[in-house]
Amino acid sequence: MTESAQSTSQIASVDREQWVHLYEQMLKIRVFETQANQLYLSAKMPGLTHLYSGEEAIAAGVCEALRIDDYITSTHRGHGHCLAKGARLDLMFAELLGKEAGYCRGKGGSMHIADQDTGNLGANAIVGGSAGIATGAAMSAKMRGTDQVAVCFFGEGALGQGLLYEVMNMASLWKFPVIYVCENNLYNEYTHYTETTAGTLVDRAHAFGMETAEVNGQDVREVYVTAMRLVERARAGEGPAFLVCNTYRFFGHHVGDINREYYRSKEEEELWKTERDPLTLLAEWMQAEGITDTAVLDQIEVNVKAEAEAAVEFALNAPYPSLDEVDRHVYA
Amino acid sequence: MSTPNGTPREISWAQAINEALTEEMRRDERIFIIGEDIAEAGTPFKVLSGLVDEFGTERVIDSPISEPGITGIVVGAAMTGMRPVVDIMFGDFITLTMDQMVNQAAKTHYMSGGKLKVPMVMRTTLGATRRSAAQHSQSLHAWFSHVPGLKVVVPSNPYDAKGLLKTAIRDDNPVAFFEDKMLFQAKGNVPEGEYTIPFGVANILREGSDVTLVATSSMVQVAEQAAMMLEEIGLSAEVIDPRTMFPLDKATLIESARKTSRAIIIDEGYERYGVTAELAAVIADGAFYYLDAPVKRMGAMDVPIPFSPVLEDLTVPTPQTVLEAAKTLCGRV
Ligand SMILES: Cc1ncc(C[n+]2csc(CCOP(=O)(O)OP(=O)(O)O)c2C)c(N)n1
Ligand SMILES: [Mg+2]
Repeated sequence: MTESAQSTSQIASVDREQWVHLYEQMLKIRVFETQANQLYLSAKMPGLTHLYSGEEAIAAGVCEALRIDDYITSTHRGHGHCLAKGARLDLMFAELLGKEAGYCRGKGGSMHIADQDTGNLGANAIVGGSAGIATGAAMSAKMRGTDQVAVCFFGEGALGQGLLYEVMNMASLWKFPVIYVCENNLYNEYTHYTETTAGTLVDRAHAFGMETAEVNGQDVREVYVTAMRLVERARAGEGPAFLVCNTYRFFGHHVGDINREYYRSKEEEELWKTERDPLTLLAEWMQAEGITDTAVLDQIEVNVKAEAEAAVEFALNAPYPSLDEVDRHVYA
Repeated sequence: MSTPNGTPREISWAQAINEALTEEMRRDERIFIIGEDIAEAGTPFKVLSGLVDEFGTERVIDSPISEPGITGIVVGAAMTGMRPVVDIMFGDFITLTMDQMVNQAAKTHYMSGGKLKVPMVMRTTLGATRRSAAQHSQSLHAWFSHVPGLKVVVPSNPYDAKGLLKTAIRDDNPVAFFEDKMLFQAKGNVPEGEYTIPFGVANILREGSDVTLVATSSMVQVAEQAAMMLEEIGLSAEVIDPRTMFPLDKATLIESARKTSRAIIIDEGYERYGVTAELAAVIADGAFYYLDAPVKRMGAMDVPIPFSPVLEDLTVPTPQTVLEAAKTLCGRV
């Protein structure tokens, strides 16, 4: 069966309520990022941040297939992964603002959110930097005899990093329960990936004899059912997988990347935003299928927005770390 | 030192670097530059904007995100007749290039009994306080300074940046060139036209008699501000910028410390086992009998750079903390 034929039959078997939940998860990420951008534009957030808007279906779809005790590692564009794995909006915003209440006591910031309670081993600002960590977590799960699975999220830019290939080789050789999720949003910063990447993406994993899949990363249904399949295999001891999700970021590389026409056209951006918005795609499908209606979706939006606003308020009012935090936690 | 002939102008650090590369690439066809997002994007800091328009994508090359790979390529190209420059976006990422720089580039000339050489430059950054958190804020220039076979340049102003980069490109050895990312937009006097600045010659930015402030890169302006504050309370500080970590102008540092009898070393790398330790040892060695106080070291606090602004600001020396240290050394507290 092809990936999509397989998906179609699996989509039908998913509990309808689950789609509504996925919609809410994606919306949470979307609203979070909109607020984060606002915080940057109004000069309330220190530094820069990389928004995940447009790519929500991947984090939401993959994390929906995971248990709370499964592991993830994330990237510089990591808010979506952290939220989808169960992070709270208020503690996330507090971290973005460098406040003590944040997930990392304000010491990590946007690019380094880690949350042990939800299995999040940390976002990483070194491209490809978490490939070893995720693979090691999977190795550890195997050694400890748990049936946990690890997911390594990374952008297609990380395909340039040698570390990734070293650990993929070992993961395949030793059948580690790890899923490498490659989010191909077409750009490594300001350079189209075809200018930096030879061959095809999935062939890299084929070289290691690894299970692979490639999905439309804007369609959360496809992401979710494919992730389910790969996670189940890994959990059953059948080894790692490599999942390519084709996607697009709606904003710039980071919030300060405003004039983008020298590397991607307005038309291209418009096309993805108007025709390939993962939230719109799911909402329209759910309504067509009679899974839900606008009233329900509107209510979800009201709730999520209210939660996000309260979370921002909380973060803005939260205190900065006390100064003696600066040399705490250097050693355990 | 070849001297400038043009009329003085104010340009930014970024423009100075851009000019140095442009002039050198016009002069020598063997020079190319490779790095991530350096061509059309002109680097995320826009330092190389426009370079690709003149030299094309064959000499201004956008690479994959492969730091060890591009560094290795540059080492091999340098060994075989090219004079490449590799751009490593953030100094934190030099950790990825360590084998290529330390075990390959640095040792090739020696191991080959002088037969092979590696005329390459690595441009990269240092410096905190940009709210970029622990993996984008470090100053790791001490790492390369530790390794025989490498030269390390740490300019502190646009004029030096241009002259030193040209010298780096013309040098027959692997050179690591560290730029403070907070200074890219800083302006300074840079005359038009050709000039170079030799390695191993410190710059005495201000003469003084009570205390010597040896400062590197980002910390030079901190030392200069501290010197002005010291002047207001009647203390005369000499400010010296070594400009290159290796070769190091030991004589100028020692001579100054002998004259003032007190010295503070200020550098943005981690304090322990770092640049400040080395320079303090040089002074302690050479000026021991002339010193009235132990040499004081001021580096970045020995912690991963925190994100939160209130914490990050504590981790680097400031004019105020240098002032306090100088007062203590001079018995003014
Ligand atoms: C090792 C390393 N090199 C370079 C960078 C600078 N950098 C940050 S994000 C990025 C592009 C990443 O592209 P991709 O992996 O596709 O992720 P995306 O931003 O598209 O989500 C680069 C080059 C880095 N953080 N780490
Ligand atoms: Mg990308």
